[in-house]
Amino acid sequence: MNNGRKPVGILAIQGDFAMHAKMLDHIATPWKLVKHAAELEGVSGLIMPGGESTTMLKFFANEDMGAAIKDFAAKGKPVFGTCAGAILLAKEVLNPPQEKLGLIDIAIERNAYGRQVDSSVRLGECPEIADRSVEMVFIRAPIIRRVGESVRVLGRCEGLPVLVEQGNILAATFHPELTEDETIHRYFLRKLSD
Amino acid sequence: MWEYDQQMKLKVGLAEMLKGGVIMDVTTAEQAKIAEDAGAVAVMALERVPADIRKEGGVARMASIRIIKEIMDAVTIPVMAKARIGHFAEAQVLEAVGVDYIDESEVLTPADEEHHIHKWPYKVPFVCGARNLGEALRRIGEGAAMIRTKGEAGSGNIVEAVRHLRAITSEIRQLTTLREEELMAKSKELGAPYDLVKWVSQNGKLPVPNFSAGGIATPADASLVMQLGAEAVFVGSGIFKSSDPDNRAKAIVRATTHFNEPQVVAECSAEVGEAMRGIDVQKLDPKELLQTRGW
Repeated sequence: MNNGRKPVGILAIQGDFAMHAKMLDHIATPWKLVKHAAELEGVSGLIMPGGESTTMLKFFANEDMGAAIKDFAAKGKPVFGTCAGAILLAKEVLNPPQEKLGLIDIAIERNAYGRQVDSSVRLGECPEIADRSVEMVFIRAPIIRRVGESVRVLGRCEGLPVLVEQGNILAATFHPELTEDETIHRYFLRKLSD
Repeated sequence: MWEYDQQMKLKVGLAEMLKGGVIMDVTTAEQAKIAEDAGAVAVMALERVPADIRKEGGVARMASIRIIKEIMDAVTIPVMAKARIGHFAEAQVLEAVGVDYIDESEVLTPADEEHHIHKWPYKVPFVCGARNLGEALRRIGEGAAMIRTKGEAGSGNIVEAVRHLRAITSEIRQLTTLREEELMAKSKELGAPYDLVKWVSQNGKLPVPNFSAGGIATPADASLVMQLGAEAVFVGSGIFKSSDPDNRAKAIVRATTHFNEPQVVAECSAEVGEAMRGIDVQKLDPKELLQTRGW
């Protein structure tokens, strides 16, 4: 994996960045935590973890972290957001509207399943990536309400799009990092060599 | 047998999402909004902050449901609420209202001096306080999905949180050095379930996230507990009992993320006004200590 390449960055402002790191360790891929905009220079791709998008947005304003991530993506570097990470990447955020990076043409509604008592583990299908059902952990998860024309839906769960891709940007409304299933992360890592 | 089943995965999962963040005590929707705007990852709804409970006395109970609902409506981040130790009916009510986490807390007046809540059957996750490894594992055995140090709530004094965090981390380290045949005796000594003692000895950490609470009042306090191994911090009276809640909340949030960068913590420290006054825990009558509630 990743021969001689820069490590994969994991945004570590707050959230379950350690679970993404654990997953990358499982598949023997070097990673580096990113807390400052300048640290994006040293990584080949970026994972934006689950957590609270409102908290992460406060940090995006400091040091122009938000602008730095947009530049990073504009250079074609792969970016993968899970849950809060997907919300930050979206072009449109609902419930309530908030700042966003606008890197993937979706409208996403926050906390759309309800509160924590409505969180659940479900099975979904990602036919282009996995030939079996994928365990999907939804925690106070968002729902993708609109998918733009240039966005590909790679995964669905109970009819809803839950894994979407537009060029170098990948977004999941669930948490593959909370399971033992490496499929989604391996798919993201393949984008590093595209 | 402690089981990492689907329910526990969801409960611990939400705790994972809060890591590296700050959970702030709030008593009104307005304070909750200030906390969210400052970058809190969650708010804790309660009737009075610990410093006021300490000052005013009386029985401290679960917050008013009306206020909890107002807080839930005011913010989009998770809302936690405190239930009294052993008061499972308060916990049932909080679950029915739909709070995202329940803190079975020594800050409130205990409802049961012998038994904590049996937390497994609930869909809503629980966080519980602990002063040492045995206490942490007893709570996890009852189904807690997150542990926080008790510290000494409402004191504005970090000394007890440091004591409890150091106790837990050093006891964990010690467990990892034991031979398998020594674990049952250790389990007896700790008063903790054997399977959890074994899990910790094999993994070198608690099976659920370990946060810190009880006395955090400054950006440097947050940095200190994070460097000692806390994975996130709870700030109670420290924010809304200070001269500048808004700035202090922002500064503690930033210092928690950049806890191991003294330059950033220095910047955060320069941005805040006067901290809450605080009290010398040594001068408190043992009867006034909150941390000795629960076992």
